[in-house]
Amino acid sequence: MTSAQFLLALAWAGITMYALLGGADFGGGFWDALAGGPRRGFAQRRLIEHSIGPVWEANHVWLIFVIVLFWTCFPPVFASVASTLYIPLTLVAFGIIARGSAFAFRKASTELWQLRLFGGAFALSSVLTPFFLGTVAGGVASGRVPAGLARGDLIRSWWNPTSILGGVLAVGTTAYLAAVYLTGDARRHGGEELADAFRRRGIITAAVMGVVVIGGIFVLRHDAPRLYDGLTGRALPVVILSAVAGVASLALLVIRRYAVARITAATAVAAVIWGWPVAQYPVLLPPHVTVAGAAAQPTVLHATLATVLVGLVLLVPSLVWLFALFQRSREAETD
Amino acid sequence: MLALPAVAATPGDLMAARGQMAFSLGWHIILACFGVGMPAFTVFAEWRGHRTGNEDYTRLAHRWAKVMGVLFAVGAVSGTILSFEMGLLWPGLMGTYGQVLGLPFALEGFAFFIEAIFVGIYLYAWDRLPPHRHLLAGLAVCVAGVASAFFVVSANAWMNQPRGFDLVNGKVTHVRPWKAMFNPAMPPQALHMILAAFMVAGFGIAGVYAVGMLRGRRDRYHRIGLLLPFTAAAIVAPVQVVVGDSMARFLATDQPPKLAAIEGLNHTGSHVPLSIGGAYIDGRMRYAVRIPDALSLLVGYRPGTVVQGLDKVPVADRAPINPVHLGFQVMVAIGFGLVLLGAWLALAWWRRRDLPRSRWFLRLTAISGLASVVALEAGWVTTEVGRQPWIVWQHQRTADAVNPAPGLWVGLVAVLAVYTVLTVAAVYVLRHLGRQPVTAPQEGWAEEYTP
Repeated sequence: MTSAQFLLALAWAGITMYALLGGADFGGGFWDALAGGPRRGFAQRRLIEHSIGPVWEANHVWLIFVIVLFWTCFPPVFASVASTLYIPLTLVAFGIIARGSAFAFRKASTELWQLRLFGGAFALSSVLTPFFLGTVAGGVASGRVPAGLARGDLIRSWWNPTSILGGVLAVGTTAYLAAVYLTGDARRHGGEELADAFRRRGIITAAVMGVVVIGGIFVLRHDAPRLYDGLTGRALPVVILSAVAGVASLALLVIRRYAVARITAATAVAAVIWGWPVAQYPVLLPPHVTVAGAAAQPTVLHATLATVLVGLVLLVPSLVWLFALFQRSREAETD
Repeated sequence: MLALPAVAATPGDLMAARGQMAFSLGWHIILACFGVGMPAFTVFAEWRGHRTGNEDYTRLAHRWAKVMGVLFAVGAVSGTILSFEMGLLWPGLMGTYGQVLGLPFALEGFAFFIEAIFVGIYLYAWDRLPPHRHLLAGLAVCVAGVASAFFVVSANAWMNQPRGFDLVNGKVTHVRPWKAMFNPAMPPQALHMILAAFMVAGFGIAGVYAVGMLRGRRDRYHRIGLLLPFTAAAIVAPVQVVVGDSMARFLATDQPPKLAAIEGLNHTGSHVPLSIGGAYIDGRMRYAVRIPDALSLLVGYRPGTVVQGLDKVPVADRAPINPVHLGFQVMVAIGFGLVLLGAWLALAWWRRRDLPRSRWFLRLTAISGLASVVALEAGWVTTEVGRQPWIVWQHQRTADAVNPAPGLWVGLVAVLAVYTVLTVAAVYVLRHLGRQPVTAPQEGWAEEYTP
């Protein structure tokens, strides 16, 4: 493996972490929106707040990690994507601002109208942000971002069938992950009833997403034939893994095995994310920009790789401590 | 590597992109200062609380941690926007030089990661960890915050002193990323910024308690709330003057056009006076108070020291003089004012072990936070506008880095609107927090509010 390949894999691992962790935080906002009135939705909102509170900022940093790796290691790809897709990316940026601040503001508020206002902003931005990120992914994957500064169509590059599919998939995925994760959190809090509510949401979301994915196959065949060929060709095993894991987590939710369902749900989502690069490797920007062609100079790649590896030595134990602390202490609270 | 063909943006879009970047950076930098400085004050207060058993320290630590939670969240997202804008607004910079200045950003990414993780632990595990371990988590936040500032500023310093690459036929090659990061402007700039962060956070927090004391709340809680951050900031202030002075001398040798713009100095020569106040009108500095030989003395300790003027800079490569000159003057004036304010407290403390009796001390302390923010922004105007028209000094013009896509002004309008709402909401929430009873930091509506 070359340094460029290694770093691309690390960046993709970062995207996966962002989807599995940061994505679930956005999904929390999705369910916050649908929790109902202040009285009825209180228990659900409190659980979401408890689950997201300590970790969302750390989860959010995966996005910055990915951005920085791309601009350092594959600068022309970063510049092309950012300049052509500046409209949805600006909307993502606003969504990120609104979500993070509204969540923090709500936490510091006590009056009902403030809770409603900031809660509404938190919930709305939690849905819009992954949607526009999904449209960006769809635009790149369907080959609508050519190399060069703002060379693509500024509107149709992200407002097209594949992008909209990407947006819907992203929102659905975040909602699904959050529902599955929250079942386990609810149970640890001793709220079997609350766990059941999220179990129901998880099952419904899984079913809806299944339909979207099956419909999506036809969208891709029509709108992004190159990606479709890759997904049904080289990436087929990954796609099958995703489908199997998805069905398995649905079954596990039905029989209330929440802890294992988390793993299978995360596997299903991760497999979707890895299916894309497996399908189009070594192309980064279809049709012509490849990993080797876009990579920065070897000195840069080596320095960045060394930095990331040393950084991970610091990062991984810290992250493990963060998650262990809050998962464990919740168990202690229910005892 | 690929070359990136581009078409030119309109001048209006370029101005819009510059305005958007300046505004969102200028906004974030205030939050960033509190992110760097405030954890240190909070951890120190918590530690004093444990050591002395003084409840007021513990209450202050709780209060500050809660404020920190809000400021850190808003700072984290407004910082993310900047990393987006690097690509959305300046893809020409990132496409060509992204690999050269990327390394400090990668390091900053990890520092920010550590910071975010330990902020989560520090704020939410207050009662779940033994005190010494909780303090250690807080210490990790302090270290990571300072490291973040260091890495980000070293990338900015590179834009002033681009190093660590060769240009062959207009293409970047032979990149030496560590050399780029450790460029000559990095040590003074990073130190200047980190000290500024402690001044902004220190005077900013002290100002809040000065207002409380002016309103008659003169208990020990308010006195400590004023004294602790004020003392830290007042110790930093004179050090900052020395660092700032060395930076100006650095400009004289390594980036003379910026010093010439700061002073509005037209002609290269010796026995150069220092211009205080005034404005650059019709191609020369007018109405300024001139101290004979002073600039030459400051730069080289001899009146005969030659200082380079604007005449050595092609007209097309000159920065706009007035904002740079004004920014510098404002920053220096406020800096010296803050040093004097600190000296006032030191004098009173030395003579009577107490705050100065005059209400003017409290009044000036109350506005010292705002004043240090103004100085901070003025300093950034000086260094950023002073580098123009270059985005990468003497290598890439800002106009060549901007996104050629049309309609960037819409982004500027949207950013202004979003940040206005954000500012109003943040100020409202922080004022509201100040009136709430002090509770453990991780508690929020979810614990306190029952429908």
